[in-house]
Amino acid sequence: MTRLNKTEKIEQSRRQFLIGTVGTGLVMAFAPVFIATASESASTALSKKLFSPTVWFEIDQTGSILVNISRAEMGQHVGTALARIVADELGADWNKVTIKHVDTDPKWGYMVTGGSWSVWQSYMPMSQAGAAGRTVLIEAAAKLLKVQTSDCKAQNSHVVCGDKSISFADIISQGKIDRTFTAEELAQFTPKDPKTRQLVSKPSNALDIPAKSTGTAKYGIDVEIEGMVYARPLVPPTRYGSKVLKVNDDKATKIKGYLGYEILQDPSNILQGWVSVLADTYYGAIRAADAITVEYQAGDTTQVSEEDLINEGEKLVADKTSGGRFVDHGDIDKTAAEARKSIDSTYRTSSVLHFALEPVNAAVEFKDGVCHVHTGNQWQSLFLPIVAKSVGLTDDKVIIHQYYLGGGFGRRLAGDYMIPAALTAKAVGKPVKLVFTREDDSRFDCIRSPSVQHFAAYWDDKDALQGIDHAAAAGWPTLTMAPGFMPDSVDKKVKIDTFSISGADHWYSLNNHRVRAINNTLAQKTFVPGWLRAVGPGWIAWGVESFMDEIAHAQNADPIDFRMQLLDAKGKNSDKAPEAVGGAKRLAHVLKETKMKSGWGKTLPKNEGLGVAIAAGQERNMPTWSACVAHVRVDPETGEVKVLKLTSVMDCGTVVHPDGALAQTEGAMLWGLSLALHEGTSIKEGQVADTNLNSYTPLRMADVPELDISFVENTEIPTGLGEPGLIAVAPAIGNAIFNAVGARVRNLPITPKAVKALI
Amino acid sequence: MITFTLNGNKMSTDAPTDTPLLWIIRDEFGLKGTKFGCGIAMCGACTVHFNGNPVRSCSLPISALDGSEITTIEGLENKHPLQKAWVEHQVPQCGYCQSGQIMQASALLATNANPSDAEIVNHMTGNLCRCMSYKRIKEAIKQVSSASASVVEIYDPKRESILENNKQGEV
Repeated sequence: MTRLNKTEKIEQSRRQFLIGTVGTGLVMAFAPVFIATASESASTALSKKLFSPTVWFEIDQTGSILVNISRAEMGQHVGTALARIVADELGADWNKVTIKHVDTDPKWGYMVTGGSWSVWQSYMPMSQAGAAGRTVLIEAAAKLLKVQTSDCKAQNSHVVCGDKSISFADIISQGKIDRTFTAEELAQFTPKDPKTRQLVSKPSNALDIPAKSTGTAKYGIDVEIEGMVYARPLVPPTRYGSKVLKVNDDKATKIKGYLGYEILQDPSNILQGWVSVLADTYYGAIRAADAITVEYQAGDTTQVSEEDLINEGEKLVADKTSGGRFVDHGDIDKTAAEARKSIDSTYRTSSVLHFALEPVNAAVEFKDGVCHVHTGNQWQSLFLPIVAKSVGLTDDKVIIHQYYLGGGFGRRLAGDYMIPAALTAKAVGKPVKLVFTREDDSRFDCIRSPSVQHFAAYWDDKDALQGIDHAAAAGWPTLTMAPGFMPDSVDKKVKIDTFSISGADHWYSLNNHRVRAINNTLAQKTFVPGWLRAVGPGWIAWGVESFMDEIAHAQNADPIDFRMQLLDAKGKNSDKAPEAVGGAKRLAHVLKETKMKSGWGKTLPKNEGLGVAIAAGQERNMPTWSACVAHVRVDPETGEVKVLKLTSVMDCGTVVHPDGALAQTEGAMLWGLSLALHEGTSIKEGQVADTNLNSYTPLRMADVPELDISFVENTEIPTGLGEPGLIAVAPAIGNAIFNAVGARVRNLPITPKAVKALI
Repeated sequence: MITFTLNGNKMSTDAPTDTPLLWIIRDEFGLKGTKFGCGIAMCGACTVHFNGNPVRSCSLPISALDGSEITTIEGLENKHPLQKAWVEHQVPQCGYCQSGQIMQASALLATNANPSDAEIVNHMTGNLCRCMSYKRIKEAIKQVSSASASVVEIYDPKRESILENNKQGEV
């Protein structure tokens, strides 16, 4: 998959690892290979910062270890997981480890936090970095202790040899260290034997949690800059093509603290027809913005409705010439022509909001020719050049300072909200903190696009399933925001957004399988489609796994037995190291475990049912194997669905931070439930219809079912966990509803009205 | 001029009297622990105590405050047993709603030291956690409430016998 390969190239290009005494401490850093051609030693290079490391850590002479984290912290406790990988290999005392979330200084390398990639991508480099650090500390200690390195081990921030021992602090104070590892040498380090692990896979508290229990954790919205004023944007009627014709602020001038408005001219063209309203307090800015009337010339999407978008999707999936092939296995046209029996179904999902609880915001200050942006963001490297273009500076004159994110869920992969803040600060010549109200945030959200999927299954004359034809149409986030990450389709017809089709390339073995990925162009021009937690698999699996159940029922087969038969781990679904050791066997394993734990097959009261679904998110190159069984009760009078229990078994390889993994999976599964039953909006007159909690209704505590989550214990390379727990939940619920009352729901969210109509 | 007590200190503000308390707390007095989420009193991220009762500060105009006592998350000074339980149960994910969750929960425990599951859910269900850490929020509240209940047990022979019976039941 191109997006992953590209990131790997950025993250793991040939680099050396430098370890050297700098001042009174020891610094360890990855550096590009070009340093090797310089005559400088590691220490000199490190002290002169003649390098561009993507990760580094340092130990001072008191033995304190600082691990710098370039990933965004948005609830996944990522710094804790990454620091524990390094610290375990280093042989560090965890109590001496602290982490720091860094800014966008180019030395930190490419910055993106998404795709559930952080632990997966960092595991090997972080392990190797820690191991190299340990090697150097042991070598220095052996000299000081006058012993053989082979007799030494590092533990608890000490190097120990028999009854002799010296602390990391003393090693660093007493010896000068200067060592460079080549990329090849670094690659020689394999992660520790899992049996000797001290930190990885062991219980631990997350480092960010105490501050989040006292109100002292600092988010973007908490930033204050000396002399700053507040701003609130006015979001125009269409995302594209709006122009400000006239602004009337007569009423606003009576509001205390009102400082005026700015019509924003954006050379990056991200903002079209924007006004920002300034005041000396944020409440003043809210009120003044409410009091201002703007006359717009709107773009051409003011009449677009959700229905239009779904209709467009239906038209596209029906048109066999649309889109590009994502999977093209066997000959599905021939299979269809020769089929004795077939079924087909259409699945749809509505527009969904991110609704991160901290509304998007940014504080911007221009100082000494540099634009400082203070905000929480997931993909700094994507939007930094766009901010630079907006304010007319070169990339090196923009720094994004990172804070805790009050929720990411993919919303903050886009950094579009920095731009109105930057343009306003530039226009008024003062630091500006621009905050979106909740309603503004919803209207400016890069929503999960409504989607339409069509499936057809074909059986031969021996009643054997021969193939599945699948087409999926939606707005594509990557097409608008990062088109360079889109590869060619299999048939080379178009570039496709693999983010938006991943999951259609599932691990079931089929003789004939075709998947077409189609861009919904009406969606694309109406709004900016966004990456929302679990992205493509989050809605693709709704169709794939519900339709798998339809096929099983058409064959009068048990849905789990049916799936097991297709998970034969043969051909392209077999073992692939390192990320998919065991292949589809591991998916079969979690399904079997979940079957057992859920009491599959037990007799249930009337109107109750169990439903199953499986997933291997986020993508085939990084599969986290999961299965989910939902237990539901349906009220046949009202069509209301109550989820009583969700049982899930996950296999993400090595579980680096077990409690963090569990928390992510709890949250992801409840997101899955929320998206199945509680969330969904529509596009009305070109805009998001539900902009606040009076009509947008995510899951609350009263809706939480019993959760039974477990992880397979193994020592394979860790894959991602931030999103995969979400994927199988909605189809498991849909399939459970069918088993409870015979209603086959095909649209998300599942409404009582729809269920009642199908009973 | 509106005068009130904030975390035990007398404070006054000249802000327009329709200004919601949230912005005064955050931007005038610099206490950033109280958060802005929805602005319509439906998410609970801005929850503070108003004379001991949990209120949504985003929708409480300061005109209602004169002479009242306001407590924010900072006023708990990290001494509230819920805060310890929040760390023990590793409740927060992104953490943005958690000040509000803790203020909402502490108001419950102040009047009902040993709430039932249903009472906890009823009291807390107005507080949105977008990361959906609900399970842990509930467990942390239950831990604190059962800890306070165990103090009661020492003085309650009837309850002790119930616990005895339960123990036997487990064997």
